[in-house]
Amino acid sequence: MAHIQLKNISKSFGNHTALTGLDLDIADGEFFVLLGETGAGKTTTLRLIAGLEKPSEGQVFIDGVDVADWGAAERDVALVLQQYSLYPRYTVRENLEFPLKPKIRRLPDAEIKDRVDRAARTLRIEHLLDRKTDRLSGGEMQRVSIGRAIVRKPRVFLMDEPLSALDAKLREALRTELKNLQMQLGATFLFVTHDQIEAMSMGDKVGVLNHGRIIQTGTPHEIYNNPRDTYVASFVGSPPMNLIDGKLVNGRAVMAPLNFELPFSGGAKASAATEGRPLVFGIRPEDVYLESGAPVEARVHDVENHGVEKILTLRVGDTTLRATVPARTDVAIEQPVRFAWNPDKVVLFDKGSGVSLRHAG
Amino acid sequence: MAAVRTSSEIGFNRIAIVAVLVVTIIFLAPIYWIASTAFKPRNLATTIPPTVVFQPEISPFVKLFAKRSQMRNPASPEEYAAAPWWERVVFDGGEKIVRDGKGQVQWSGYPSRFLNSLIVAITSTVLAVGMGTFTAYGFSRFKVKGEADLLFFILSTRMLPPVVVAIPMFLMYRAVGLNDTHVGLIILYTAFNLSFSVWLMKGFMDEIPKEYEEAALVDGYTRMEAFFRIVLPEAATGIAATAVFCFITAWNEYAFALIMTSRRAQTAPPFIPSQVGSGLPDWSVIAAGTFLFLLPVAIFTFLLRNHLLRGMSFGAIRK
Repeated sequence: MAHIQLKNISKSFGNHTALTGLDLDIADGEFFVLLGETGAGKTTTLRLIAGLEKPSEGQVFIDGVDVADWGAAERDVALVLQQYSLYPRYTVRENLEFPLKPKIRRLPDAEIKDRVDRAARTLRIEHLLDRKTDRLSGGEMQRVSIGRAIVRKPRVFLMDEPLSALDAKLREALRTELKNLQMQLGATFLFVTHDQIEAMSMGDKVGVLNHGRIIQTGTPHEIYNNPRDTYVASFVGSPPMNLIDGKLVNGRAVMAPLNFELPFSGGAKASAATEGRPLVFGIRPEDVYLESGAPVEARVHDVENHGVEKILTLRVGDTTLRATVPARTDVAIEQPVRFAWNPDKVVLFDKGSGVSLRHAG
Repeated sequence: MAAVRTSSEIGFNRIAIVAVLVVTIIFLAPIYWIASTAFKPRNLATTIPPTVVFQPEISPFVKLFAKRSQMRNPASPEEYAAAPWWERVVFDGGEKIVRDGKGQVQWSGYPSRFLNSLIVAITSTVLAVGMGTFTAYGFSRFKVKGEADLLFFILSTRMLPPVVVAIPMFLMYRAVGLNDTHVGLIILYTAFNLSFSVWLMKGFMDEIPKEYEEAALVDGYTRMEAFFRIVLPEAATGIAATAVFCFITAWNEYAFALIMTSRRAQTAPPFIPSQVGSGLPDWSVIAAGTFLFLLPVAIFTFLLRNHLLRGMSFGAIRK
């Protein structure tokens, strides 16, 4: 169990800068998810904590101790990767025993057996113990990799997209299992993913990483409802937040080139400073609703039926926006509809910088 | 899937089988030639057309291992009757086995040359593959300054025919006293094979995901332990393939062995044809020497055949 801190970390590989001025604080026992697109620097961050890379600048602290001079072996972290994390040629049992047998912390044989059996029971892989790893399915392999991490009771678990290579059903099942496991162990987890659903459903805290910088850190609720900028707004959520250019005029949102108006209730925040200034209005699809007397007319461009709900793409002029509506809503493509939004849920972003006015203020 | 085959597929299969047979025969014919000649009596070895059906004889091997000398007169009947069977076959050829003062049979030069070949080839193979594996691992896993240039430099040692440097090498070896020594030949063969070994092993090392070792590092193992416990077993296929190539090169090397060695450290390749010179060439004995000389490579390759088949594909089958 440990508290992880990254202070002002930069890392470059030759001319390529992977991370710039990264600060990260992961509390003891926290499930922290690092979310970002491919190439955002997630894996590099993980490798820096594991001790597989050295930062070009900045410091890594584990429980308040600067670990710059510690090798990977001494940091006592466990790593679960998307693939290749099991040793070929070894059986499942040998794989699970391997982390318990290095010279620096070799355990007595009875203890090794006990821990391996306990981990196997936790992950329900007891029947696989004597199997060679090349005869496992993808899900079984990932279970064994997780087992290899938990046998050791490390100070922190580092997981690099461990579920990405699995099919959807299995991914969902393991997501729940992993979250339960973390709560049961009370361990510190750093989980790296590009999948925002994983981030939202598993994380106690989520850090959104883009181009080697942390854009926003917060609970999934904060990230979702109060994105720091338009990048986070459009990256998190499926479908993403609608972003529409406009201005505030006399307390109403006026969409500029589109020419429609919607009520705005941001009251206190919509001060004189924001009046008339170019803005981006962000609204989640579930906060857009259809109503016969609503202020704006649109045409239905596309309908996606998701069972419990439908996701409509509405067309106004040559811009589209998404609305999540109950499944029973009966609409046809090209049908004219009227819509409005929930004015309390609107997030304002500065047009130039893309930063949310709530965060800027 | 049920095997449903069209007639054209069956036809293609037949052609493929015939092609494989033809190629195999072409490659096996010289080996058959050597093997059959090794068991022929001397007078049948050079007949035209070649003798295919004959009574196999062991006499060429007896002559190969025993030190012999020409007899002016054929052996007397008493002498012949008293001699063991292996001495009689030598008498039949008009020769006798040389004995020392105590009547002890003298060995020919062949066994010691054969042993020299084994010592030099095995040692140089172990050295070249061992050093090559470590070097390749270094190039594959660490950032080495000027890596491309260094690798090119290593390869460049193979860019001219080795014989070009034979004379200067000979002079240098004579100056430092490495002439006709095992160490001298081992150094030479190791140097020849090292560049090849580095390049081949680099390819195999690159194929091994570095995640394996990193997992071991995180699990508390040192880089060295990770190398021996994880990387080396994974590289076994590549090491086997490289070792076979290095062994064959060292085993078959002729030119340098001829120039650099004369007696003490001489290997089999320059020795076998040197036997042509005494009296009329006895092709059966030469074939017997060559036949035995083929065996170690054949056995070595056979033992490693599973590794080799995978190794030859240069990782193409590995996932």
